[in-house]
This record gives sequence, C-alpha cells and structure tokens, in this order.
Amino acid sequence: MSQIFHRSTNTLSRATIFGAVFVVAALLWVAMEVQRSSYVTYAGVRKPQPVPFSHQHHVTGLGIDCRYCHTSVEISSFAGIPPTKTCMNCHSQIWSNAQLLEPVRASYRSGESLQWTRVNQLPDFVYFNHSIHINKGVGCNTCHGPVDQMPLMYQQASLQMEWCLQCHRAPEGNLRPRSQVFNMRYQQPTSANPVVVEGKSYSDQATLGKDLVEKYKVRSVLDITSCNTCHR
Amino acid sequence: MDEQHKVTVDAQRAPVIEPGYTFGSVTEKISAIVLTRPASNGWFLGFGVAFTLTMMMLYAVGYLVLKGIGIWGVTIPIGWGFAIVNFVWWIGIGHAGTLISAILLLLRQSWRNAINRFAEAMTLFAVACAGIFPTIHVGRPWLAYWLFPYPSTMGVWPQFRSPLMWDVFAVSTYGTISLLFWFIGLIPDLATLRDRSENRLAKIIYGMLSMGWRGSARHWHRYETAYLLLAGLATPLVLSVHTVVSFDFAVGIVPGWHTTIFPPYFVAGAIYSGFAMVLMLAIPIRKIYGLEDFITERHLQNSAKVMLATGLIVAYGYGIEAFMGWYSGDRYDAFTMWNRLHGPYAPAYGALLICNIFIPQVLWIRKLRTNPIALFLVSGVILVGM
Repeated sequence: MSQIFHRSTNTLSRATIFGAVFVVAALLWVAMEVQRSSYVTYAGVRKPQPVPFSHQHHVTGLGIDCRYCHTSVEISSFAGIPPTKTCMNCHSQIWSNAQLLEPVRASYRSGESLQWTRVNQLPDFVYFNHSIHINKGVGCNTCHGPVDQMPLMYQQASLQMEWCLQCHRAPEGNLRPRSQVFNMRYQQPTSANPVVVEGKSYSDQATLGKDLVEKYKVRSVLDITSCNTCHR
Repeated sequence: MDEQHKVTVDAQRAPVIEPGYTFGSVTEKISAIVLTRPASNGWFLGFGVAFTLTMMMLYAVGYLVLKGIGIWGVTIPIGWGFAIVNFVWWIGIGHAGTLISAILLLLRQSWRNAINRFAEAMTLFAVACAGIFPTIHVGRPWLAYWLFPYPSTMGVWPQFRSPLMWDVFAVSTYGTISLLFWFIGLIPDLATLRDRSENRLAKIIYGMLSMGWRGSARHWHRYETAYLLLAGLATPLVLSVHTVVSFDFAVGIVPGWHTTIFPPYFVAGAIYSGFAMVLMLAIPIRKIYGLEDFITERHLQNSAKVMLATGLIVAYGYGIEAFMGWYSGDRYDAFTMWNRLHGPYAPAYGALLICNIFIPQVLWIRKLRTNPIALFLVSGVILVGM
C-alpha cells in the first residue's frame, strides 16, 4: 500500500501544531491592542468643528483661564460649553470681520447655538461629575492633556474604564493643591522644584498626594472603586 | 481486549460480547457501519427531523437575541428561569459519559468498552447544548466573553466569588477534557478507518485525524499512558462539575436551595439522568445497526443498576429537602416545601416524584432490567422527570 502522505507531512504537522499556539496568542494580542488603539477610542483624533477653535491660541497665547468659558466646572457635573455671547465678548471687537468666525457671528445674529462636536464623550451609563474632581485637586490637564498646546481639540486619554480606575485605585498619584488645578503648566514636586502647600514644602508626589488625600477628605479607594460610584 | 476470557470466567452473568468473535470480525463489523453501509431512507428521515429541530432552535435563539430573555417570562434581572433548568439538565446528561469513560476505566470495568465511545460523544454534545443556555441567558450573548478573565479595557476581573464564574471554569474544563478523552480514544480507531477506507479523500481525512498512528508497541504504550492520565484527570470532574453547578443554587440564599445536600444530590442526579440518556441512545442504536452482540444484556443491566442506585440517592435528596423544610423551623423554607406540594406547581412536583422515584423502582425486577423496550420507556420517564 502506498503512503497517503509525503514524508514532509511529519514536519508540517509538528510545525502547525506548535505554530498554532503562537498564532492564537498573536491574534489575541492584536485584538487587545486594537481595542486600546485610537481607532477604537478616538484618543488623539481631531474631530471636525464648525469653527477651528484653538485652545493653544486662547490659553497659551492670550492667557485666558479655563473657567472664563467653562464656567460651571467647579460647581456642576458638566464643565459647560460657552454660549456664543462669550465668544462675542471679544470677537465683536477683534477679528470682527474674519471669514473664519462667520459661523460665530451667524449664531449670534440668529440666536441658534453653534453645534460643536463633542470631543471627550463618556458613555451614558457612566456618571461623571467635574466639580468633585476639581475640588479634590485633580488638575484639568491630568485628564484632558496639554490643552494649552492643542491648536485643535482632541481627546488625550482612552476614556476606557481601566484608565479611570488606574487613578481611582491610587488617587494620591495625581492630586495637586486646589490652587494649581487650573494651572496648565503645573509640575509634580521634585527635590529641585518643590511644591509648597500652606507653608509646608513637598519634594515628592508620594508625600504630597498622601497629605492631600487626607486634607481634601478623598474617600477611600474601596468607596471610589465601588461599581455604583460611577454606574449609578 | 480480554472480554472473551471474561465470558468463560463469568459464565453465570450475561456476556459482555457474544461468543464467536475475533478482533478481526469485531473490527469488520463496526467499521462497515461507517465505511460501507449505505445511508438508508430511515437515516435521511432521522437526519431531517434532527435538522428541522435544530433549525427551530436557531430560530428560537434568534428571536431571543432580538427580543431579550423576557420571552421566557424572566422579568427580573437576577433570575435565570428557563435557562438554568436546561443548563442543569444538559450538563447532568453529560456526566454518564465521563463516568463510563473515566471511573469505569480506572475500576477496570471492561464492559464499558462497548458503550464508552458513544457515551463520550453524547457528553460532548450535552456540554455543547448546556453551554448555549448560560451564554444566551446573559441577555447580551455577544458580550458573553466577558465571563472569561482576560485583561480587558474595563480594568476589572470577573467576580471570582460568583458561582457563575466557577461554572465557566467547570464547564470549559469539562468540555476540554471530554473532547481530549474522546479524541485520544478515537485515534487508533481512526487509523483503522484510514486503512480500510477505499476513497482517497476519506483516507486523507482519517489520516490527518489519526495523527500518524501506526499501531507500533511504542504507540500503544504511549496511548495507554495518555488515556490513563486523562482518565485520572477526568475522574474528579465527574464529581466536581455538577458540584459547581449545584453551587449556583446552594451558594444563594433562596429558601429551599441554600442547603449542603445539593452537591452530592446533584451529582447523583446527573449520573442518573446521564445513564437514562445512554440507554435512550444505546437501545435504538444497537437495534438499528445490529449491535446486539456488542451492546449486550449485560450492558443494559449494568446501566439499569447504576440508575437504580443513583435514583435512590436522588430520592434521598428529595426526602432530605422535604425533611429540612420542616426541621429547619424556617418558615420560608417550610413555605417553599408546602408550596411545592400544594401550590401552583404541585402537578409538576408530583410528576417529578412519580417519574424520578416511583416508576424507576420497577428496575428491581430482573426481567425488566434486561428488556430493552421497558428500559427505553423507564429511561424516557426519568429524563422527563429530571
């Protein structure tokens, strides 16, 4: 009886059995990387806006505070998108004929709001409150990234649950004094560049964070990682 | 195969295999079923019925995915209802296969050899059927993979303290081991089919599946070792899988379920219903394919005895449930029991007692234990009762 398979089949079958393990592992790894990529999360993607508003120009160039436009960030769950009137405070005087700003003037004339495209969008099943984060000493750029250097706004973080949790599980790593929350150039303390809070000088984040957790009465990790803290 | 020696040693009992067979004629007869027997009209009819039922199930599952588990009447998010009944029923059926393949192998019960392969196949299908229900009961089956612990973007692991999680491990281990056991056992047989088939395509397919089996002494030695090791691994599963399934109930605080009798009671029930299913399948198979010489009265009798024994354990379980309803002094437990006996589901509970306890007692009669038709009917009754 002739052989059904050529001799090379032996090697081939060993290689496929051995290789299958790696192929399966690689596929799982790729799936996990895709899930975390900006293709899925939109992190770093500049979405089209009715007016190409530059945070870099307004914050770094002109020195406008975050709260000038996002007025409710300290007292509300929602930071607030400014009405057209806020834009017109200045733009009725400067660049009042710029073609780029025509949608703003049109909105002002008609009273119809500008339809901005939301950039940092959390799912509806997540309860998120800006004011509590601000008041416990989480800086704007801790989550939003270097907004003062963004000519066009994009989302910095993945906004995936593991990203939320890496801070909720160890909040002391990201807290700063309340006075520094809106400081886009704030640096965490080092021995060369200490941070002073109420006369006490801190040269590392570990000690500062621990003291701030206590000072601002940040609730226990058990509390802030409980399911219904965010999924109410 | 030392069955033929057994025949002479054990002349008092019905033989495991009818006399007059050699290795060659056994192989000839069994491989002919696969290789040369033409597909009859009866086969197509059976296949057609099974296919139609499968399509109906897929339609029902599709409707469920579109509409949600409310179509089962499940209106609270923590209730499984219909799904858990089916899950437990199916996963229980599978246990007979594992018991036959693993425990009876370790106990050197050579009569198992005639029925172990199809019992293992039955186990695999039962596990597959059982797997459907937890998957679809979650309501969003396309997210059922969340049950597996993998480094997800949610940054949390599944709840390892939940019996549902234990189910995932118990059932997936069970499925894997059963598949390996079945496949490794099949390798020499697949090689036989490879050598006997005339068709080139069949030769290639069987050749690949038999993984280069040549039947050398070294092959047999490794085969026996691997088979024994797998039997050792599968043995605890016979007990552990349904124990874990019973934890779905017993770990909760629902009155009537929160009891320690559940694990042994479930395992006994699983083997009980599993053997009923083995008989339901074996009796028609031996008739249709003319295998009465291989699946003999001895097999039927032994299966019936296993059913009788495990059935009594199940009966004890029912008894203890009722007893605890009274003895616990807990009014909720007591009400649960009272409600079973007198409430809206009383007819169902009565039918359960009749089907699972009273009717199977006829198996004490030797004549009925050896009568295929009677056994088939009793098995059917047990499966309905379960």
